[in-house]
Amino acid sequence: MLRQLRAALGVGVVTEPPAPASEIEALGVTLRGEIARLFGRSLHIRQVDAGSCNGCEIEISGLTGPHYDLERFGLHFVASPRHADCLLVTGPVTRNMAEALRRTWEATPDPKLVIAVGDCSRDGGIFAGSYAIAGGVADVIPVDAVILGCPPSPKALLAGLLDAMGRLRQ
Amino acid sequence: MIHDLLIAAAQALAIAALAPLVVGFTRRLKARLVGRRGPSPWQPYADLRKLFAKEVVVSENASWVFRATPYVLFAVMLVAAAVVPVLVARPAPAFAGNLILVMYLFLLGTFFLALAGLDTASAFGGMGSSREVAISALAEPTVILSVFALALRSGTIDLGGIVERLGAEPRLAANPAHLLAFGAFFIVMLAETGRLPVDNPATHLELTMIHEAMVLEYSGRYLALVEWASAMKLTLFMTLLANLFLPWGLPGGLTVAAMAGGLVALVVKLAALALLLALVETSVAKLRLFRVPELLAGSFALALLSVAAVFLVR
Amino acid sequence: MSRVAYSVAAALGALAAMIGISGLLGDTWVVTVPWAVPLGGLQLSMDRLAGFFVALIGFATIPVSLYAIGYAGDDRRGALPYVGFVIAMCAVPLAANVMTFAVAWELMALASYLLVVQKATNGTATHPGAPAADGSESHDASPHAGGRHAHDAAEATGAAWTYAVMAHAGFVCLLAGMLLLSAWSGSTRFADWRDTELTPLARDAVFVLLALGFASKAGVIPLHVWLPLAHPAAPSHVSALMSGVMIKLGVYGLFRVSLEWIGPAPAWWGVAILVAGTISAVVGVLYALVEHDLKRLLAFHSIENVGIILIGLGAGVLFLESGLGTLAVLGIAAALYHTANHAAFKGLLFLGAGAVVRSTGTRNMEVMGGLVKRMPWTAAMFLLGAVAISALPPLNGFVSEWLTFQALLQSLQVPHTGIGLVFVGGMAGLALTGGLAMACFVKAFGVTFLALPRSEAARSAVEAPGWMRLGMALLAFACVALGLGPTIVVPVLGLVAGDLTGEVTPLWFGDWLRLDVPGDFASLSTFAIAIALLVAGIVPLVVLRARGLTRRRVYETWGCGRLLQTSRMQYTATAFASPFRRIFDFLYQPAHALHVEAHPESRFFVDAIRYVHETRAVAEDWLYHPLSQALHDVTERIRGVQSGSTNVYLVYILAALVLMLVLG
Ligand code: SF4
Repeated sequence: MLRQLRAALGVGVVTEPPAPASEIEALGVTLRGEIARLFGRSLHIRQVDAGSCNGCEIEISGLTGPHYDLERFGLHFVASPRHADCLLVTGPVTRNMAEALRRTWEATPDPKLVIAVGDCSRDGGIFAGSYAIAGGVADVIPVDAVILGCPPSPKALLAGLLDAMGRLRQ
Repeated sequence: MIHDLLIAAAQALAIAALAPLVVGFTRRLKARLVGRRGPSPWQPYADLRKLFAKEVVVSENASWVFRATPYVLFAVMLVAAAVVPVLVARPAPAFAGNLILVMYLFLLGTFFLALAGLDTASAFGGMGSSREVAISALAEPTVILSVFALALRSGTIDLGGIVERLGAEPRLAANPAHLLAFGAFFIVMLAETGRLPVDNPATHLELTMIHEAMVLEYSGRYLALVEWASAMKLTLFMTLLANLFLPWGLPGGLTVAAMAGGLVALVVKLAALALLLALVETSVAKLRLFRVPELLAGSFALALLSVAAVFLVR
Repeated sequence: MSRVAYSVAAALGALAAMIGISGLLGDTWVVTVPWAVPLGGLQLSMDRLAGFFVALIGFATIPVSLYAIGYAGDDRRGALPYVGFVIAMCAVPLAANVMTFAVAWELMALASYLLVVQKATNGTATHPGAPAADGSESHDASPHAGGRHAHDAAEATGAAWTYAVMAHAGFVCLLAGMLLLSAWSGSTRFADWRDTELTPLARDAVFVLLALGFASKAGVIPLHVWLPLAHPAAPSHVSALMSGVMIKLGVYGLFRVSLEWIGPAPAWWGVAILVAGTISAVVGVLYALVEHDLKRLLAFHSIENVGIILIGLGAGVLFLESGLGTLAVLGIAAALYHTANHAAFKGLLFLGAGAVVRSTGTRNMEVMGGLVKRMPWTAAMFLLGAVAISALPPLNGFVSEWLTFQALLQSLQVPHTGIGLVFVGGMAGLALTGGLAMACFVKAFGVTFLALPRSEAARSAVEAPGWMRLGMALLAFACVALGLGPTIVVPVLGLVAGDLTGEVTPLWFGDWLRLDVPGDFASLSTFAIAIALLVAGIVPLVVLRARGLTRRRVYETWGCGRLLQTSRMQYTATAFASPFRRIFDFLYQPAHALHVEAHPESRFFVDAIRYVHETRAVAEDWLYHPLSQALHDVTERIRGVQSGSTNVYLVYILAALVLMLVLG
């Protein structure tokens, strides 16, 4: 325990300062006033893998580490859509996941955001046209924002999320 | 009478108001210990405010038990806060019962939460309920023995009486046997409030969940009440630890100034305990579910030793 | 016909309640009928303790009989034995001499035997109006599937047999003890025994005999084996009385034996009672946890609650021995309070279980579920009973467990370290019992009433008729009243305990609102707690309403987006109890067996998996089976004597004659 304490004090905080707004690569947020007011300081995220290659997931999981530390902004990953304010959907939506995704969206209490992550999620990306996919996320549920990239870097993800919360507007 | 009610309300409000901060502060400390900046200590307030404003989605299988449970839980914690010594050594409502009442009030909350876990017909909920009741049942003997150890040393089991007696004679509180009882009670707190190494409050993996699994179905204001109540439970346990085992700075008088002093002392002690909790939580790994009984047996042994020590020296 | 009988029983109950209350408040009288039977004739006498138990029987009988009117319908079987059962039970605490006691005790056993065996005599129409049982189309979890009535009959016969054997073994012990005592004291009147001087050894011998006899009626482990068999086999209103009241008469006997007839008790009696109580409480609730037959589960809880009563009694006996009269009164009053409480909530739970069984046609919890929507009244009452029996505030179970805890915690005044450790064991055991009982009733209520129905029978369940609901409502009211009114009840019980211990100082302080335990030790006000809980629960509700935060939407349960959601995906009672089964496997001694049937082509295509996980009943396996086996062996050997040949019998006669001549 003491070793822990010493290590923690010795190394200090390794978290980087937040990314400036200019580094956002692509964003199409449709925000309503209520959302910025409600989610400005607290946004709980349920991540849904609708059929991705897991590249996006690896980048997303990078967000929780000490380096990017998304919790400092009031962002938090939760275990159930009932607890979520935001669905973070990755990948093209495969036919098998389309219904599950729709149900997840239904299971999330209003008001809620849907943020699609990765090129795939916009239109199927490199999987577009495959017999196995039902299209982009927007073909199944209403999408509020898309964070592009294949995969998007954690920095871009963070910037996109913060923008969705309305924090970068201020 | 009015005066008594005011003190009860002040205590309940103090616990309700402090609880999110205690949780937020502990999270901040834990983040800092692993080199993260971490969320602001005030974050839980923002979370609660947001949850209250959100819609509630209720399972179509759920009955009134599911909908009533958040209110039951919240009420249980408020009443418990009115009874235990929070701001003053002997809050007037303490006549309504002693620590045994508080423990059974917590059990009442657990009972309803476990039922709510079963009510939605979700496999996760039932799993969480089953584990939660198993752990809280096994923790009970330790609770009662630590109380008895305190009572043996102070000659009363009235909470206010214990606080006054130990406050008057700090020598008693520095006794090694007293520390054993403290350790036992601390482990019980970890188990009852779903902290590491018993349960991981930040887990996302349903199969390892205990408390989280029961509340997976709650949303919006229901979730806010449930989360708030569990923050209050943690705060109450820490308050009990602070005021029963380190009974200094707790005023006997009932003036506003004295109570403000009591509040300051409480905040300082809670901060110290939060640091201890954060240190423990970052330095231990979660136990396998079926190793938890061994941990609780260990805490029982500590409490038993503490009792036996009194028997041996008298 | 049956309606008349049950109405008469209810009226008898009201009468008994009135007589009992007057006795409880200090009325004493003696009635003697000298010519009726030899050995002193029939004699009834009333004192506070007898009054308490008569009142208890009366108050339990009223709602149970009302319930029975609806439950039994036109089914006539059992109506007369039921009335006899009630009368015999009332007579037991009033019996003033050995003969009267023996008659009443045996009548009670006989009547209850007839009630238990009732289903075996006639295998049809056990539950009139019940929908077709076990139409579970999806899965076959019901052990009763097929030949249910035959199964019932066989079960009832077996249960009644075990019950008869245990009841008579117990009765033999009682009779032996009482006759010894009568011979030594020269009187068969109980009242004369108190002043008899006996050697310690004689007293101990009598205590052991009488305690064994009474404990077997009370269901103390390991003399409990008949209880989980007989309670479920009887109709539910009978189970309610057997569990709520009849086994309490065993407890009544223990009160008399340890405090009055041959008291004052030496320390080891108190230790024995406390330890037996602790073991019964913990082991009883542990068996209840892995039991999925709703009524058997409740039967195991009766064992647990008798254990809790005995913990209070044992504490009282030990305090008395240490010269702490005030505390003895505390322990005994706690035990009496729990006795009354258990009658209220266990009666209620058995009646609720009866309503469920009647409506679904099965006692197996694994095929129930979702009944809260189909039987809302029964569900609400059962929930209230579950909260009460789990000792959760502010209901009655909590009050008596709280009092018992206070008595145990006061043991810091007992100077003897060894006895102190016994108290510590009792405390830990009681705390564990409280937690486990809570866990068990989460299972019992949650699996039976909540979530989705697990079978067609549960899906088509209907609410119980009015009479049954009335019976349950009366007992639910009793639970609430006993929970909120300890300040009225406890002083009265203090008087009873004072009579038994000879302690006369006023023992209860406080006012109508708060109950103070002597010595600035602790106080309790369940009434204040109840009000506070109500206010604290309603305030957030009102605040949220006022601010317009009431949005709610109904959607399916979150199942990770799974398309198909059925009742088979919810947690079962077995799964719920699984952690306990693993943690306490040293007690359950489980036997596992896993059978996997694979397709002949490849072992990766599994056709069927069968997993058997049975818990064993340790008492049966290690105590009763060897015992009955030994008995069997001995009789087998003795049988050789009965050769059937006349010549051999003549030799026996000759040998007997010679022996008598030699000895004479
Ligand atoms: S966007 Fe790229 S990394 Fe993300 S799922 Fe699609 S292919 Fe994988």
